[in-house]
Amino acid sequence: MKNSIAERVYDFLKNYPPFNILKDRDLLEISKQVSIIYLEKGDTLFKKGDTFNEHFYMVRNGAITSFHTNTNNVQEIVNISDAGDIFGVRPLIAKEDYKLTATANEESIVYAIPIDTFQVVTNNNAKVYKFLITAFATNAYDPYTAEETGKIFADYLPSTSQDVVSFQTANYTKNPITCDFNASLKEAAIKMSRHKIGCIIVVDSNTNPVGIITNSDIKNKVATGLFPIETPVTNIMSSPVITNKKDLTVADGQLQMIKHSIGHLCITKDGTVNSKLIGVLTHHDVLVTLGNNPSVILKEIKRARRTKKLRTARLKANTLLKSYLEQNIPVSHIIKIISQINDAVTVRAIELALKKMPAPPPVAFSWLSLGSQGRKEQLLFTDQDNAIVFQDVEKDKYEETQSYFLELAKLVTKSLNKIGFEYCEADMMARNAEWCKSITDWKLQFENWILNPDEKAILLSSIFFDYSSVYGEKNLVDELSDSIYESLSKTSLFFKFLGRNALKNPPPLGFFKQFLVEENGEQKDLFNIKSRALMPLIDAARLLTLSNNIKGINNTSERFEKLAEIEPNNKELYQSCSYAFKALSKFKSKQGLLHNNSGRFIELETLTKEEKLKLRRCFKPIQEIQEALKMRFDLKNFI
Amino acid sequence: MNFDWLFKKNQKNPDFWQAYLDTFNKKKRKDTSIANTRFIAFDTETTGFDKKEDRILSIGAVSFVGKTIQVKNSLELYLDQDVFRPETVKIHGLMKSGSPDKVSELEAIKIFLAYIKNAVLIAHHANFDKNMVNEMLARHDLGKLKNKFIDTGVLYKKSLHIIYRQKEKIYTLDELGKELNVPMVDRHTATGDALITALVFLKITGRLDKRKNLDWGYLLDG
Repeated sequence: MKNSIAERVYDFLKNYPPFNILKDRDLLEISKQVSIIYLEKGDTLFKKGDTFNEHFYMVRNGAITSFHTNTNNVQEIVNISDAGDIFGVRPLIAKEDYKLTATANEESIVYAIPIDTFQVVTNNNAKVYKFLITAFATNAYDPYTAEETGKIFADYLPSTSQDVVSFQTANYTKNPITCDFNASLKEAAIKMSRHKIGCIIVVDSNTNPVGIITNSDIKNKVATGLFPIETPVTNIMSSPVITNKKDLTVADGQLQMIKHSIGHLCITKDGTVNSKLIGVLTHHDVLVTLGNNPSVILKEIKRARRTKKLRTARLKANTLLKSYLEQNIPVSHIIKIISQINDAVTVRAIELALKKMPAPPPVAFSWLSLGSQGRKEQLLFTDQDNAIVFQDVEKDKYEETQSYFLELAKLVTKSLNKIGFEYCEADMMARNAEWCKSITDWKLQFENWILNPDEKAILLSSIFFDYSSVYGEKNLVDELSDSIYESLSKTSLFFKFLGRNALKNPPPLGFFKQFLVEENGEQKDLFNIKSRALMPLIDAARLLTLSNNIKGINNTSERFEKLAEIEPNNKELYQSCSYAFKALSKFKSKQGLLHNNSGRFIELETLTKEEKLKLRRCFKPIQEIQEALKMRFDLKNFI
Repeated sequence: MNFDWLFKKNQKNPDFWQAYLDTFNKKKRKDTSIANTRFIAFDTETTGFDKKEDRILSIGAVSFVGKTIQVKNSLELYLDQDVFRPETVKIHGLMKSGSPDKVSELEAIKIFLAYIKNAVLIAHHANFDKNMVNEMLARHDLGKLKNKFIDTGVLYKKSLHIIYRQKEKIYTLDELGKELNVPMVDRHTATGDALITALVFLKITGRLDKRKNLDWGYLLDG
């Protein structure tokens, strides 16, 4: 019988090794036996210690993360497999239990390829097996290396991720920018500035590297007047260059740089100066691979040319976050750094999306982050909430303009999703025509929410009032804020609605001083730290900031601090709210990192007595601020 | 009173139809959880939209339990039909004397029933496919399909946040595929659409499951 699905599986497999070297007939036979597995984000395909099964896998869509669980039960990412990558090959090579855990990094579709069928048709195909063994062994984490290849690293069992990456193959820049050795310095400098790079390799007619010119050479030798700008590059280049073969490890690369006190290694075909240049390994590349350093991560984000790179960079921020939390660095500082990184990721995603658009934006616009990202207090990956505001256009141009920005937003939200920010369930994203409007339409929207508040309006405005401009024309956003405060001055009813919303969740202590836990559904017996502890504080801070006409402060703890400043008689309450908010955020982040989720639901039983007490102490200010809101906005009869 | 009509019908039940009905009689089915239910996503390509006048040209189906679709357990049938409408060829690409091996309508019914058994059937705009199959069964003096049906179009609406739920909006399979990021391969072939429908179903139920314990009432209800 005809099997179209098998044919389409075939069409996909044939593009990727090792399937691309199989005979058509054999590959079709394999394709018929494939299973298509759908995985939601976080679904586990196999766990460390699971007995081997009869399949290995190829990613069709999405991405699968392989984890290594070390002796302290900490999970370290070994690899992220993308479309076309194979993984879970261990059963094929050695019939033994899985040593890694494979979970879906995002929503994914995976092909499971039966090993039996595969072995029958590929029997004795040396090329195929060579590929598979290489694929299997390239994971530096994999103890296979220790077990199977003469126990080179037998006494070296990696314990931290840094140790391990040091022995990964260095990720150098391919296609480096070069100039001919006959060129003038001016020509070289123009090239450098055009490519926004700090160094250029001088090559001879065989593209063998003969020297290197860096920014500092230009500073020291040209700007000082030693050489004119028209001087030949050979006059000021550093020569000879230090070269290496392409398969050097990060640790080797770093060692070479320290030894010669240089920042750049030329990678050549045979590793000597007398062969073709194929790449450059910079000190920056080394830092990036090793790097849990915010400025390195930020640089990496700014230079990323693909979403995949952005994702890797953002994942590093999670490692950074973890180590910051462990080192007890102040939460307000951590929040600032992570927010910076999140904003940078968003900005880069927008820049990349703009490049993909057929034309530049028709009018000025601003990309807004909403909700927690807008408040700049997002530590872990959360849903993306965003919006676009664009400059007013003629009525007959409106639709065309809006559809341009919707198209742009689709690209941006898609790559943010790939990076790890889930789509907003309620679709509060700039790719939704409702949240992608002109400045006038936005003003009307807010005015409508403020003057005609109802449940829905309050729900939406609680998200939209915490906006901040991440990219584009800031003036548009200021204009919007002014108009919002103008509308707010016309009514007090809106504040009452916001107040009621802020009191929606009572302080999280029950009558018998027990924690209130969720009563039904999947989250039964879990404590929802977001809705029961963080939201009341966030809501209260927003309401008080708006009613006090405070502009430009979106962050909850900063809002409370500002309030403490302008209302000295409530200073203590506001400061304790600010403190409680930070403590609770930290708690949520730690939980989230521990369970690899948003940390929103906490299993109370897993907490120590001390942690419970700490948590409880944070709830007192919540109770007090809610009482204060009741008084101030006269909500007793309104609730 | 004459009960002949009743017995007559029973006597006439052909074996394959009885075998199909039997799959529903078993009280043995213990596990009725969603995770262990056999689902079949299917699609039909037809000569048009009139259930009386038009005919099914091909049926494609994939079956799955849990989240794993086995390629070898898919079904792909091409039917030999007298009714032919050239204007629909451009949609489904099936010509009157096309290449795939064709079976008679009765043969197709036998294979299809033996394949679906008592599985829960999933289709996009399920009523259309259901009606087309039921009409085909009626032409051969058989009863209607007994299976439970799930319509991915209806299910998708349920998965939307209440703010965006539009009662009247009819979602096409293309829109869902795009919205849910399903690879749109072999669109407008019965089997290709069946696979797309299966993936759409899995993605929607994944979304629904995140928010609450997914139960049958939610899946099957209208």
